[in-house]
Amino acid sequence: MNNRNDTTPGAEDAPPMVRFAGVTKRYGDLVVLDSLDLDVAAHEKVAIIGPSGSGKTTVLRMLMTLETIDDGTIWVDGEPLTHMERGGALVRADPQHLRRMRGHIGMVFQHFNLFPHMTALKNCMEAPITVLGLSRDEARERAGELLSMVGLGDKLDHYPSQLSGGQQQRVAIARALAMRPKVMLFDEVTSALDPELCGEVLSVIRTLGREHRLTMLMVTHQMGFAREFADRVCFFDQGRILEQGPAEAFFAQPREARTQQFLRAVMEAV
Amino acid sequence: MKIWDWDYAWEVLPILAEASVVTLQATLAGFLLALVVGLLFAVGRMTGPAWLRWSVTGVVEFLRSTPLLIQIFFLYYVMPEFGITLDAMPTGVLALGLHYGAYCAEVYRAGLDNVPRGQWEAAIALNLSPWVTFRRVILPQAIPPIVPALGNYLVALFKETPLLSVIAVLELMQTAKILGSESFQYTEPITLVGLFFLAFSLVSAALIRQVEKALQPRAGRRT
Repeated sequence: MNNRNDTTPGAEDAPPMVRFAGVTKRYGDLVVLDSLDLDVAAHEKVAIIGPSGSGKTTVLRMLMTLETIDDGTIWVDGEPLTHMERGGALVRADPQHLRRMRGHIGMVFQHFNLFPHMTALKNCMEAPITVLGLSRDEARERAGELLSMVGLGDKLDHYPSQLSGGQQQRVAIARALAMRPKVMLFDEVTSALDPELCGEVLSVIRTLGREHRLTMLMVTHQMGFAREFADRVCFFDQGRILEQGPAEAFFAQPREARTQQFLRAVMEAV
Repeated sequence: MKIWDWDYAWEVLPILAEASVVTLQATLAGFLLALVVGLLFAVGRMTGPAWLRWSVTGVVEFLRSTPLLIQIFFLYYVMPEFGITLDAMPTGVLALGLHYGAYCAEVYRAGLDNVPRGQWEAAIALNLSPWVTFRRVILPQAIPPIVPALGNYLVALFKETPLLSVIAVLELMQTAKILGSESFQYTEPITLVGLFFLAFSLVSAALIRQVEKALQPRAGRRT
């Protein structure tokens, strides 16, 4: 697995699950992402690393439709996400199209963003009921199973304020999974946690990677985890992918001077 | 002549008690209207298209910058010129509701602004519709912190109901004035009206604190 080369696995035969084609994002004069091309194969696990301000979180936020894009197109599962086909041409997606496509994607946030007025169980039931149309019983069963999977089967009726950061983040993972997405996005999911709580969250993600055939994109500062867990690592710098490759090879022998410098700095920090 | 005539006070008390029902009705109906109107103003201002945001802002500023008394007169005497004729009581309720709705809009806005952006983003990531997001995620977090401020406006609105006497709504003040003009004894009815307002204000302040407390554990704490 570790001696793959830089091309996306299976890219020749199957369409990628996620494709960024010439995607540009600007805030005023500031170019956050500069004509990004990135394919992620189905079931592939991609770690996105890089210095702050390099545009890595923006990649996830655009894919979750939390940010609009200025140029290019994002595709998910063979369909355009940011655009829709009308009369043979691609036009900007309307809210209905965005809602339909968003159903393929789930996201876990740095600051959990749980609904503080709902219990862990209710957090995981709300969207399946109101969006997917599940009955209360079905939703409760699904939420209960997922919360057990993340090790919180005994905390169903706890409010977020009664849970530790690590527990809250695990609820957030269960909540995203309850929508059965094809693609899961993890945005620095351990950055807001005390170091001793990171492990429980990472081990849940590890289990997910083993037992579910999800496509995963994660922005992370946990280099050890990226190396061990990801199939591929993309190093972002100044709005571009400066270097990418299979995780093991990437960390063992980074080619670019800038990558080496970044990895050295990160390793020294731990 | 006595300063305070107990017999007369006891005599007018039942009449004032009856009038207090009108005052309470105007207060509650006006406040309910203000709560709804205020929310609509706030949401229109936050999420509507530009033309709606600007017109709502204009209306809110207008309502807040002109005296309630003039608004009451206007609704009662000018609207019929445009073919809209309402009885005194509905007119009074409408005026109170619109005027205080404009104030409540500001309170709602503070409450809505106070909900972290991450909550909206989580709702988008879960694909919740805007309506579900608002009703199930945002409002339950926006309302509890603003209950005290809304409660203040309830008391303020209540204390302004005597203004309705200018369009002859038979609320407490109007009734007291009529009683006084009949007997030339104003001290007792006016004092009793004052005491009634004091009692109601204290009771509602206590009730608001209870509501505040009841909402606290549900809202939870953000960490």
